[in-house]
Amino acid sequence: MGKLQYALFTGCTAKESTPEQLMSTYAVAKKLDIEIIELTEASCCGASHLQDYDDFLSLVLNARNIAYAEKHNMTMITICNTCQLNTAMTKHRLDSDAELKARVNKKLAEVNPDLQYKGTSEIKHFLYAIIDDFGLDKLKSLVTTPLSQFNIAPFYGCHNLRPSELQAGDNPYVPTSLDDLIIACGGANVEYEEKNKCCGFHVELQAPHTAAVLTGNALMGAIDQNADWMVTPCPLCHLKLDTQADHAGKAVGRELEIPVLHMQQMVGLALGCSKEELGLKHHVTDVNFV
Amino acid sequence: MDNSITTQTITFKVFRFNQETDYLPYYNTIEMEVTSEEVVLDILNRIKWEHDGSFSYRRSCRHGICGACAIKVNGKGVLACKERMNDMIELFGKELTLEPLSTKRAIKDMIIDKEDFWVKHEEVEPFLISHVDEHPEDEHIVTPQEAEALLDSDLCIQCGLCHYSCPVVEINEDYIGPAAFAKAFRFNADVRDEGVDKRIEVINAPGAGVWDCVKCFECAEVCPKEVNPIEKITKLHNQVFERGDALNNVATRHAVGFAHSIKKHGLLDEGELVRYSEGNIGVIKHVPVALKMFKKGKIVLPWNMPKSDKLDEIQKLVKSSSTVKF
Ligand code: SF4
Ligand code: SF4
Ligand code: SF4
Ligand code: FES
Repeated sequence: MGKLQYALFTGCTAKESTPEQLMSTYAVAKKLDIEIIELTEASCCGASHLQDYDDFLSLVLNARNIAYAEKHNMTMITICNTCQLNTAMTKHRLDSDAELKARVNKKLAEVNPDLQYKGTSEIKHFLYAIIDDFGLDKLKSLVTTPLSQFNIAPFYGCHNLRPSELQAGDNPYVPTSLDDLIIACGGANVEYEEKNKCCGFHVELQAPHTAAVLTGNALMGAIDQNADWMVTPCPLCHLKLDTQADHAGKAVGRELEIPVLHMQQMVGLALGCSKEELGLKHHVTDVNFV
Repeated sequence: MDNSITTQTITFKVFRFNQETDYLPYYNTIEMEVTSEEVVLDILNRIKWEHDGSFSYRRSCRHGICGACAIKVNGKGVLACKERMNDMIELFGKELTLEPLSTKRAIKDMIIDKEDFWVKHEEVEPFLISHVDEHPEDEHIVTPQEAEALLDSDLCIQCGLCHYSCPVVEINEDYIGPAAFAKAFRFNADVRDEGVDKRIEVINAPGAGVWDCVKCFECAEVCPKEVNPIEKITKLHNQVFERGDALNNVATRHAVGFAHSIKKHGLLDEGELVRYSEGNIGVIKHVPVALKMFKKGKIVLPWNMPKSDKLDEIQKLVKSSSTVKF
């Protein structure tokens, strides 16, 4: 197998409120000898809100992002569930509607004659790049610091699971990928009901109660099944679970405190990355076990 | 193809409750030989016929048409008459829990009180509103293209699977819910209909309408008829903006704010999105969390806001490809 190479669509969160996520992505890529080219031209994907306002604009912007990955002739990887879904949805719609694709490409050509959405690049979350392309067995053989003393609760995030026809292959009712990754890192995976449920992130501003209850349920579920910490592949879920634990606790009438790691941070720990490399100081709920 | 019938021993945990006599629900454990030909409804029938004649559930058509037989197997919403037992066993293993769609609405065993579903349904005026000429000169023809604009929303059988799988329905009793939203779209998209104004008013209401959807896609995943309610919810959002009916509130600004931010930076300015959406006063409630985040290096100050490379391209696209105004 040659060296794995990907075009990385970072999304906005990794550049702003979750810097630790970008740092740990690079730290893990380095350990696994994966080459990453960052798509610095990319715009925001619209985070599932822009399309409510202006669907066509959202399609054009996402098509442009994908077109830049295609220029590199590489698979695009994402490190955010919502980026992944928005980009995959755009790809699906453009690939199945020639007329729409032509309309979008006309707009792209107007601003840059070299820019065209062709549909040649695959789009996958870094989680599945690690699992499906790199391989869990190979990962396991590289683990230097097995996480064997920890019970780890996986939190998948909606946009990593549903709608299943646009996703990587986990069954949304019994997902296993993140559980498998925990086990490969030497940890014990925690079963709890909320692992494939929603954290409420997208209505945090307009429906704070709904959002807080959903986050509270997730944290409670993990804590009650004796998880030492949680892990998620989505920075938006992470923001919710890590920075909103207080609100969530108030909404469900209980104090809820549990460290939440990004998927990359967990893998990085198992591979022996330092806590500085993984940005562990950037968490609101302290990561106190490292 | 191998057509031989296979048999497996399955343990069922069956939800039991009788509103008239029971204080709390309980579960019966029943072991059964299940053949590869059976569907979930066959199991419900056999529980009644072979184990307990008082076991209650709804079914009628047995062909995935009436929507009566919806229940949950290990938490997954299914139409009992359509769902193959083999698929359930493959997915969940040999211990299966059978529960009504919503345990808190149980009347007897699998039978629930679906009143809230029908009340929400009624709110969106789920019928064609049209001034019918009683003595028309021609037929009123709907072209195939016009019929396609319904995007299969007319396939809904009102089984309630999406409604009772929706996390917002569970938390917010005012929330109208995916099935009723899909129905609102179904009639709004009908060329013969004249009731759009009223329906938009209903689905646009803060706290009850489409703005409270958390975008979890549970409804799309569970629907046995591929109605894809969340797709219709997005279309309703679009209708609200396109018609100029968007209220100026935190929910609408939350969507519009992305366009502003992208135009300025290419990327989203997270802090500014919250400020713009909430307004200068509303934003104050976010200060405590923002301070905690700031201390951990999670807030980028305005003068350090990162920008996309080739921002001019993005800005031109925002200009050339915008289709709505707010
Ligand atoms: S769990 Fe939350 S942030 Fe993650 S995908 Fe679902 S709604 Fe979005
Ligand atoms: S996507 Fe929206 S309507 Fe559908 S189940 Fe989730 S919250 Fe409910
Ligand atoms: S939209 Fe689908 S799941 Fe919801 S009530 Fe209709 S048929 Fe059932
Ligand atoms: S019995 Fe009618 S849909 Fe199942």
